[in-house]
Parts: sequence; structure tokens; C-alpha cells
Amino acid sequence: MSLRNIGIVYRKELTDALRDRRTLISTIVVPILLIPAMTVGLGGLIVSIAKKAEKDIPPVMILGGEDSPRTMAALAKLPAVQLVPPSNDYATQISNKKLRAAVRLPAGFDAALDAGEPARVEIYIYESDLNSEIAAGKIQAFFQDLRQRTVEKRLADRNISMSVLRPFEVAKKNVAAPEKVSGAAAGAMLPYLVILMCLTGAMYPAIDLTAGEKERGTMETILTSRISRTHLVLGKFLLVLTTSLATAFLTVTSLWFSSRMAAKMFTEQLSKASVGQLHLAIRAQDLVVVFLLILPVAVLFSAALLTIALFAKSYKEAQSYISPLMIVVIVPAVASLIPGVELNLKLALVPILATSLVSKEIFTGTYHWNYIAIIFGSACLYAAIALALAVRMFQREDVLFRA
Amino acid sequence: MIEARALVKVFQDKKRGAVRAVDGVSFRCEPGRIYGLLGANGAGKTTTLRMLATLLAPTGGGATVAGYDVVKNPEEARANLGFLSTATALYGRLTAREFVEYFGRLHGLPEDLLAARREQLFTRLEMNEFRDRRCEKLSTGMKQKTSIARVLIHDPQVMIFDEPTTGLDVMTARAIVQFIRECKERGKTVIFSTHVMTEVEKLCDRVGIIHGGKLLAEGTIGELNAKTGMTDLEDSFVYVVTQAGGRVA
Repeated sequence: MSLRNIGIVYRKELTDALRDRRTLISTIVVPILLIPAMTVGLGGLIVSIAKKAEKDIPPVMILGGEDSPRTMAALAKLPAVQLVPPSNDYATQISNKKLRAAVRLPAGFDAALDAGEPARVEIYIYESDLNSEIAAGKIQAFFQDLRQRTVEKRLADRNISMSVLRPFEVAKKNVAAPEKVSGAAAGAMLPYLVILMCLTGAMYPAIDLTAGEKERGTMETILTSRISRTHLVLGKFLLVLTTSLATAFLTVTSLWFSSRMAAKMFTEQLSKASVGQLHLAIRAQDLVVVFLLILPVAVLFSAALLTIALFAKSYKEAQSYISPLMIVVIVPAVASLIPGVELNLKLALVPILATSLVSKEIFTGTYHWNYIAIIFGSACLYAAIALALAVRMFQREDVLFRA
Repeated sequence: MIEARALVKVFQDKKRGAVRAVDGVSFRCEPGRIYGLLGANGAGKTTTLRMLATLLAPTGGGATVAGYDVVKNPEEARANLGFLSTATALYGRLTAREFVEYFGRLHGLPEDLLAARREQLFTRLEMNEFRDRRCEKLSTGMKQKTSIARVLIHDPQVMIFDEPTTGLDVMTARAIVQFIRECKERGKTVIFSTHVMTEVEKLCDRVGIIHGGKLLAEGTIGELNAKTGMTDLEDSFVYVVTQAGGRVA
């Protein structure tokens, strides 16, 4: 094994890649410009949604209640909803989104409350419509409050303490650091993003250094030189790995800076919790461990992409082979985002998904060292197999000189 | 020296099955001589030369380049070989100087020797004017000079030219022909494949006529003409091919 020869190929490919506009765009420009634009855009979107939600007072219709002036008066005073006159086509209006919800008060509701008789209030909503659910929630809160006060009054009238109904309290206490809680959503997305960027960063150079070389006629030129095919493919592989990791690293760095920038920009317009969601709370040591875990995945991608692209005779043909690979990678990476998908021994052996799941846990401060060791070990094995396959493929003349 | 001994190459084709692209080709060429491989498109010239350049492994037979077996010692064979064809392109994003240096380093030249060879070649080939220009910006003639510098940088004993003038203008083609002649004068072993008869007549000491993967006839131009009873090489070539049941378009 001649490291000198591998180094010569690597340096040449690096020089070549740094002069190639397409590689520079996918490796440097996209992470540095696109990520901040997306983050700031997302912040702007959250601000506009939050402002709209504050301004939006949903129209709600009360059906019945003519004989319950007390409840009607209390409802009329509700600032969170706008009461509209009753109409028989309330269901159509709700379906058409002109009305967000309707409430049916039973006849003699006030009287029933006073007499201690049972009564049933119905709220009509358009299920799955968020605005309808919000309006119904506001009405529901009003009636829950009314029920609570009614119960308190009835117990007081009978000289019974409220503690009869609440013999004990249950309270949830948060032990996670506030930034962990607020950054959890971003932390879950991060491994998926890093894995995806590893793939996209490797994609263009892998095609360019194989099918691209065949198409341009330089593959034959290089194969006539003294260098062995093993050294050649290893030099090329190292370049693809470099662009893959550089793209992922620049994406995370760019995301970290832009999330801070967005959090600062929108501090005044948003609540503390919303700002927290923009703020990417990740510790440097977590990031280092995740990058170590991502390393064999990047090796796997780089070697696999080189192998697949080498089969193709042209750049276009290589693209058509590689596009389906995006789905193969995206599906397990997305699967890690599904709530309830937890790391276990079987999943720890599934490439990409395992790395994504364990990285998610690491970002929330949980280190399962046994799983980390299994995942790292299996990922290294897959990466070694892919690299051996790439080296083997470069020895095959029917692949190199496919007519 | 270069020697091919009963070289055979069989390709597996999905539609046609096993195809014998080269079928028992033997010839040899001594230092200071030019051997011309003459054949129509698809005759088996490029496959033969690719086997000699170790790009393809022979299915049968064998070959040596400067004494090195192309199967057992492919890297040593390539170290003593300069291979030039219209299919061997340049790296567009490298400058002419970077391109030539890259191949010099791949051939294991130490930096001081590489620099000396580079300067010598750039002066001889009049490349200094465009040495720091990217290959993608070079004219066809400049590209050919850069390719020549690439094959000469490690000073190989054996040179293989596979249809090196195809698609080139008259001036550039003449420069290539002149360069091949210079290789011979410097004592190199030269294998030259073409279907241009005038180039063969100008350059080659011996000629092999290849058709359907087989070497049908071999000798000096005079010997070939005498064997066929023709007065010029083109007629001799057509005669040999048609006698073998081939068709010359």
C-alpha cells in the first residue's frame, strides 16, 4: 500500500474539486447560504403564524340559551371568541370555515344548574381543522371553569370541603435543562439533516470522479499511468469522503450560527418558548460524538456512491442510478423521527436508522454506550464492505470499459 | 522492446455471446523501430493495444513491454510505457503544467528530476506560453502537445499510439507524425495503429494488417506489396482483407 500514491491522487482530486463550480455549490454554497436563509425564513414564518393566532378571534355560534341569560351573558363577555347570531345552517358554515364552532345549550340550562340537575352542552367542530379545534378549546375551557365553580358552590352550600373531590394532587416536575427542552425538536431533526447532507455532499464528486471521467475520456488516461487501481480508487474515495464530511460539518455549523441569529432577530416578536425552538441547543461534546458515529456512515455513502456511479457510462446515467438511493437513505433517516421508534438490539444493526436514532438520543444528553459501540462497530463493518466492493469494482475491466 | 504472443481477447456480449475481438495476434518490435498496426474500424487494433498497455487483461496468449509481462507485472510494464490515443483526454480543470506534473509524480519521479524533465519538455514542445493555462481552455494543438508531454515525462522505452491523429487538423496531425518519428530517432520502440495509409507509409518499418481480430499479414511495406502483387499499401491492404472474406467500406 503506497500512501504516497494515494496522497498524490487525493491532492489532484482536491485541486480539481475546488475548481469545480458544481462541487463548490453542493459542498460549500448550499450549507453556508441555504441553511441561514431557511432558518431565518422559518423564524419569520413562526412569527407570522404567532401574530396571526394572537389577532385571530374565532367566530362561534350559540344555539339555544334564550332561557339561560346568566350563561349567555358570561359567554358574551368572553374576549377569546366572537359570538355570531344563531342560524340553522351552522354545520354548513363550520364546514365552509366561516364559523369555527357552535355550542348548543340545552333548554333551561341556568335553571338546571341552580336546581342541581344534570345538563349536557354540545360543541360542534370541524375535526382536524386546527382553527376549529382552537375555538372549541376556548369554549370548552369556559364550560370547564363554569363546571368547577358550580361544583365549588354546591359543596359550599352543603358545607363540604373541596378536598373531598381532590384527596391528593399530582404534579409533573421537569428536570431537563430549559435549553434541552426547547431544543429537543431541532435536536431530533439534526441527525437526519447531517446524514442527508453526508449523502448529498458525496453524490456529485462520486459521479464526477467515475462516470464523469469515463465520459470525458480521462479514465483511460489515468489507467495508463503507473499507479495501481487500488491506490487510484482509494485516492478518489478520500476526496469523496472529504466533501461528504465537509458538507455535513458546514451544514451543522451554519445551522448553529443561523439558529442563534434567528433567535436574536425574533426575540421581541415571539414568546420565550418559541424563541427556544429556534435556538439549536447542542453541546460541543455531543456534536463530536455524533460526528464520530457519522464517520462510518459517510464512508459507506462515499464507497457505495463510487461503486454505483462507476457502472455508468455517463454522468446522466449515473444520476439515474443514484437517485433511487436517496429514497433508500431518506426512509430509515425519517423513520428515526417517528415518535415511539426506540433503539433496540435489532434496530441497532440497521444502517443509517441506528445512527440517526442514537444521535437523536445523544443530542438530548442520553448516552447508551452499549448501543453506541454496537452501532459504531456495525457501521464500520458495512463501510468496510462497501469500500472493498469499490476497490474490487475498479479492478473490473468490464465495468471500467463498459461499451 | 515489445512483444505480443498469440494474444486473445474474448468479450462476453449479452446479445452476441462470446466475441473474439482479438484472435491469436503475435508480433514484435525492436527499439528504434516503428511497427504499424493497420486495420479498419472494429478490426481489433484498440483492443490489442489496450492489452499491451495493461488496460485489458488478455484472455489467452501473452505480451511483454520492455521485458515486463503485462499480466504478471502490469505496473512495471506501464512504468516503461507511454500510451497516447484520441481517447486519452486531459483533466480540464488542471493547468498544462499541473497535468504533466501529476503524471510524473504518479510514475514515481522525484521532484527535482520531475522539474528538470518538465522544463526540458516544455521548451522542446514550445509549451511555455500556455503552461499555466487550464487544459479546458487550450486549443486542439495545445492539448496534443500537453498529451505528448504527459507520455514523455517519465521517459518511457516503449510508445503506443492508438489512432493518434483521428479528428485532428492537418497541422496538428503533422506535428504528431513528426513527434512519432522523433521517438524512433531517440531509440524508442513504437507501436502505431491507424487506418490512414499515408501515415503508415511515412513512418512504419514493419506493418501488420489486422482484420476480424486476426493478424492476416505482416512485413515491410515492400514485402507486403510483393506478397499481394500490388504497387501500393492501400491496394495491398484491401487485397489482404478481401481475400480473408472481409469487406472494406
